[in-house]
Amino acid sequence: MSFDIILSILKENWPSYLQGAYITLLIAVFSTIIGALIGLLIGVVHTIPLRKKSFKAVILKIINFILTVYVEIFRGTPMIVQAMVVFYGLYAYGIEMDRFVAAVVVVGLNTGAYMAEYVRGGIVSIDKGQYEAAAAIGMGHFQTMVHVILPQVFRNILPATGNQLIMNIKDSAVLSVISVTELFFTTKSIAGANFRFAESFIITCFIYLIMTFIASRILRVIEKKMDGQDAYQVQTKKEEPIL
Amino acid sequence: MMEKVIDIKHLNKSFGSHEVLRDVNFTVNKGEVVCLIGSSGSGKSTLLRCINLLETPSGGEIIYNGENILDDKHDIKQYRTHLGMVFQQFNLFNNHNVLKNCVVGQQKVLKRSKEEAKANALKYLQIVGMDQYVNAKPRQLSGGQKQRVAIARALAMDPEVMLFDEPTSALDPEMVGEVLKVMRQLADEGHTMLIVTHEMEFAREVSDRVVFMDKGVIVEEGTPEQVLVNPKQERTKEFLKRTLKQ
Repeated sequence: MSFDIILSILKENWPSYLQGAYITLLIAVFSTIIGALIGLLIGVVHTIPLRKKSFKAVILKIINFILTVYVEIFRGTPMIVQAMVVFYGLYAYGIEMDRFVAAVVVVGLNTGAYMAEYVRGGIVSIDKGQYEAAAAIGMGHFQTMVHVILPQVFRNILPATGNQLIMNIKDSAVLSVISVTELFFTTKSIAGANFRFAESFIITCFIYLIMTFIASRILRVIEKKMDGQDAYQVQTKKEEPIL
Repeated sequence: MMEKVIDIKHLNKSFGSHEVLRDVNFTVNKGEVVCLIGSSGSGKSTLLRCINLLETPSGGEIIYNGENILDDKHDIKQYRTHLGMVFQQFNLFNNHNVLKNCVVGQQKVLKRSKEEAKANALKYLQIVGMDQYVNAKPRQLSGGQKQRVAIARALAMDPEVMLFDEPTSALDPEMVGEVLKVMRQLADEGHTMLIVTHEMEFAREVSDRVVFMDKGVIVEEGTPEQVLVNPKQERTKEFLKRTLKQ
């Protein structure tokens, strides 16, 4: 194993590596966004206050049950198996999904199952006083969620979402089982052609590291942005206040 | 004849088997400042929270401008906009700055235009002396400043009655004064106010009527003179002796 060999592999195959990394990033970003939206929706539905014995409460209970089943299944089984079941399962029924779409769906559903718990935790951890203050000025549950609770939940779950993005960048490698041409699958093809497995995968290793590192830095910047300035401006008479 | 704004009849509240309020009868008239006093656990905060239905009463009636709001048909959200609530823990919306805290309810609940809401919010922020801090987030403010913003937020909804739930109990001693000063000013301007407080001196100066509660019942009520200076009931005397000793 030498540095020269790594360089020559890189020189020969860099467009393939880049293409693979690009697909990996696309899967990770899309599935994290989808997962976060699913998680948000489930988290909100789970925390709707139940009124005793109304028709709505029964419907809500059924929906909650279905959502719980979804979360348990996707948290409780390996993603590699989910990929096989979703892709080849649907294939058996004559539905041929695009491999990339299948990948995003599987990782997205998986992320959603985890995010649902983060969001629920994020909502539960908001001080009861915030709900009371919103109720006291006449807001309903939906308004309270949109204008008061969820903006705070977003901030609280941002670190967890970032974690999930990083995990998705790495774990999308298992989607090679359904032949998605992401980074791992691409590297396997490259190594299969040149029989230099160690060197080919060392390059891959660095590409993953660069992607996850940059992702975590970007998320840190977003967190800082959301927190706003540490100091506020004292308003003098003439300036227009910012809403 | 004074105009009754809130009229409470035979109100009961229990948490499980624990009775917190027992057969409470009580009215608030227009323009009146009423202070609720009593030791911790006497039910005065629960009574206040029952009035705007943050706690659901177990029984009785709450008549607001002639209508029983405990009727199933009654629009609770609509009713709550007529009551301004100030909490012990301020409960400012952490995600909004000072101005937005005072605007969001007006815009989203009362459906006022942005300009109207902003002008109204600034008017009340000026009254509480916080108009210079419109851009600050709640976490950047002191307790006294937060409570003054909370008062402005409640006032900005132009409520008919202001409810104060121990507004100074969570404040450092040197900040109590600035909040009481604002409340005194509101009382002078003729706002209808119902205040749960431990500040006896303030209650004596500001209120038209003082209500003393103990163990979930109203023991004595009357002018500040009657209740705080010449109490008739043993329990009131006992309570005052204990609090004034401190």
